[in-house]
Amino acid sequence: MELTGAQALIKSLEMQRVEVMFGLPGGAILPVYDPIIDSSIRHVLVRHEQGAGHMAEGYAQVTGRPGVAMVTSGPGATNIVTPLADAYMDSIPLVVVTGQVPTTAIGTDAFQESDITGITMGITKHNWLITDGADIPRVVAEAFHVATTGRPGPVLIDIPKDVANKPMEWYWPEPSDLDLPGYHPITEGDPRLVRAAAELLLAAERPVIYAGGGVLKARAAEVLRELAERTGIPVVTTLMARGSFPDSHPLCLGMPGMHGNYTAVTAMQRSDLLIALGSRFDDRVTGRVDAFAPDAKVIHVDIDPAEHNKVRRADVAIAGDCRLVIGDMLTALSDLGLPHSQATRGGSGGAPSDAVPGAPAITGSAAASFPRERLVPWRAQLSLWQQRYPLVYDQPPGSGALKPQFVLESLRDATPDDTIVASGVGQHQMFASQWWQFDYPYTWVNSGGLGTMGFAVPAAIGAKVGRPDKMVWAIDGDGCFQMTAQELVTASSERIPVKIAILNNAYLGMVRQWQEMFYGERYSEVYLSPDLPDYVGWAEAMGCVGLRVDSAEEVASAIDKANDVDDRPVVIDFRTDAFEKVFPMVAAGASNDDIIVDPSLTGGDEG
Amino acid sequence: MSVYGTDKRHHTLTVLVENKSGVLARVAGLFSRRGYNIFSLAVAPSDDERFSRITIVVDVESSPLEQIIKQLDKLIPVVSITELDPEVSRERELLLATVEAGPDTRGQVIQLVGVFEGRIVDVGHDRLTVMLAGAPTKLDDFEDLIRSYGIVEMQRTGRVALPMLDRSGERPPLRAAGPTIASTTEKAG
Repeated sequence: MELTGAQALIKSLEMQRVEVMFGLPGGAILPVYDPIIDSSIRHVLVRHEQGAGHMAEGYAQVTGRPGVAMVTSGPGATNIVTPLADAYMDSIPLVVVTGQVPTTAIGTDAFQESDITGITMGITKHNWLITDGADIPRVVAEAFHVATTGRPGPVLIDIPKDVANKPMEWYWPEPSDLDLPGYHPITEGDPRLVRAAAELLLAAERPVIYAGGGVLKARAAEVLRELAERTGIPVVTTLMARGSFPDSHPLCLGMPGMHGNYTAVTAMQRSDLLIALGSRFDDRVTGRVDAFAPDAKVIHVDIDPAEHNKVRRADVAIAGDCRLVIGDMLTALSDLGLPHSQATRGGSGGAPSDAVPGAPAITGSAAASFPRERLVPWRAQLSLWQQRYPLVYDQPPGSGALKPQFVLESLRDATPDDTIVASGVGQHQMFASQWWQFDYPYTWVNSGGLGTMGFAVPAAIGAKVGRPDKMVWAIDGDGCFQMTAQELVTASSERIPVKIAILNNAYLGMVRQWQEMFYGERYSEVYLSPDLPDYVGWAEAMGCVGLRVDSAEEVASAIDKANDVDDRPVVIDFRTDAFEKVFPMVAAGASNDDIIVDPSLTGGDEG
Repeated sequence: MSVYGTDKRHHTLTVLVENKSGVLARVAGLFSRRGYNIFSLAVAPSDDERFSRITIVVDVESSPLEQIIKQLDKLIPVVSITELDPEVSRERELLLATVEAGPDTRGQVIQLVGVFEGRIVDVGHDRLTVMLAGAPTKLDDFEDLIRSYGIVEMQRTGRVALPMLDRSGERPPLRAAGPTIASTTEKAG
């Protein structure tokens, strides 16, 4: 069967069971847009190519399937560079197709030519420039394979216009036809190392499971829970791992890092064993590396061996898929005599009271002296910290300044437990991560590694496309919202009913916080104005319902109103307190020992 | 004053890569964006036309060798990486130099080339172009000695290397077993 390159490309995407793609056409990609009319694939027409990329990311994060985006050459391609970099940092599987000028014009500075494979070399897992139409099905199959296996990541396929126009003989490659001689992702961990890890785990007195985004990528939330419950070891979930272990679980310590809670941060600092699962010792988690968790041995499980010993030397480094390795670890623990136990499931409060031995001790094994009794002092210490240093804020009654934390708590309590939350980057992101209760995996969508402002609106749209059955809220800042708000036009016209909560403090809040704390309150270029733009008017102009909330007492009714809308997007402009800062905080380059808690907890006054 | 030589800082990696366009850019790009230093680099087709071999001498003071190898390994077109410790490998390099060789010194230059078992590849009125292939340290010595006659132009290719043959008849242990042994990292991840 003879097809044009363009038809072959779309058919290849169909063969990969792509259901939806996000994109915007243009000159060089024109031929590929024609067969979309006859395809089963839904195309969501965005208003800016960056939106297409972030939508594909949001879609991928909540579904676990690769997100697909298609844009034209030159500026279309360069506009999707930010989402590629974002997806690369957060290991999100994306397949981005870019149009390219005809092969005969490549290198001549042709109209809308850019060397997008060159530009994206360092921010994609791999990319391809197709020069022969016969390669199209194989390259598409390779692209999906590379994007979704091993450590997932974004890939890019660049297709010149003449290659899209020319006929080719259709085929679909067998897995053995893929031409990837240098790509053999690891999945199984080395059993000897797994055993060594299990032994370390049983010998620890102050262990902490340090769960990262890899747990979610590996769909390992269930085995993680089993590991924690069987061993009684507490869990911190990084910004990329929120929801991988339920916040409501008594063993959950919440988020560590620069704006993590005191107990999560300090538990890692005092720990004698960090069990790093799919986490990468990011600088926002470790603070000053040479002062990070000084007494801890490290077990590091990661599917990417290059993460081992990159930042922190591991005592046991296991290359493998988190779900498989944790599963093997559970088996190894059983072999070492650790009893099966349900003792911690659904217990109360993280206090040592739930550390009941689940089964009689087995003598003569490494597990005999473990675990729960041994961890009692540690768990008691953790709960003391939790009581002493909780997350706090003070919402004054009546018409006082509206606190962003109060908005988040109200929103959390007024929405279903499995609501998907997307966020931008800054104070609102940290407040959202701190104050939301994430009890389900794949309900938190954010830009972790790259820190891309403007991520929330398009990511929420992509998430809603992927999970139309779930309520999707974007928590956004006013600065972020202005970067990508135009995608609400996409959402309105495609009838994608996302809900946006703007925590509008009229500032680039996180930068303002740093200027207040570290630059002597010299505020440089951070003021944005609460009224310009008119957010309600803007929302309505984009086909959304627009609401505005000025005080605490209006919060609940506005949220109820928004939750009732299901035929179009809703935007709520929450006018929040510009002076509110995110605490706790570890200053950049400081040791996690020097964590700054909310001034109200130390008897000081807040500025 | 050896610039090259068997400095402990310098490790040789021979990297088998797919013979596709842009692969060298991917390797070079990785080094620059992660701040790794390349000391020398040589690329040529391998005995299998599907693959090329890149020989890179890396400066392991700038970044740990383990990271360099693992990050290289993540590049999809990289098929395998072999690390060659200078002490257990045969390293060779080619030097071409045009040297001042007037009537007074020509004899001495020719003699020096003879001592080093180099060759004279071009002859001018008062200059000679000489060629020397050999171990990088030998090239260093030669370069030092001819410098006093006046080097007009010089090029060195960067080194290529193969593991030293094992005469004991046993397989050499992997690097994990001892730090001074050459090893091959099978591509993974």
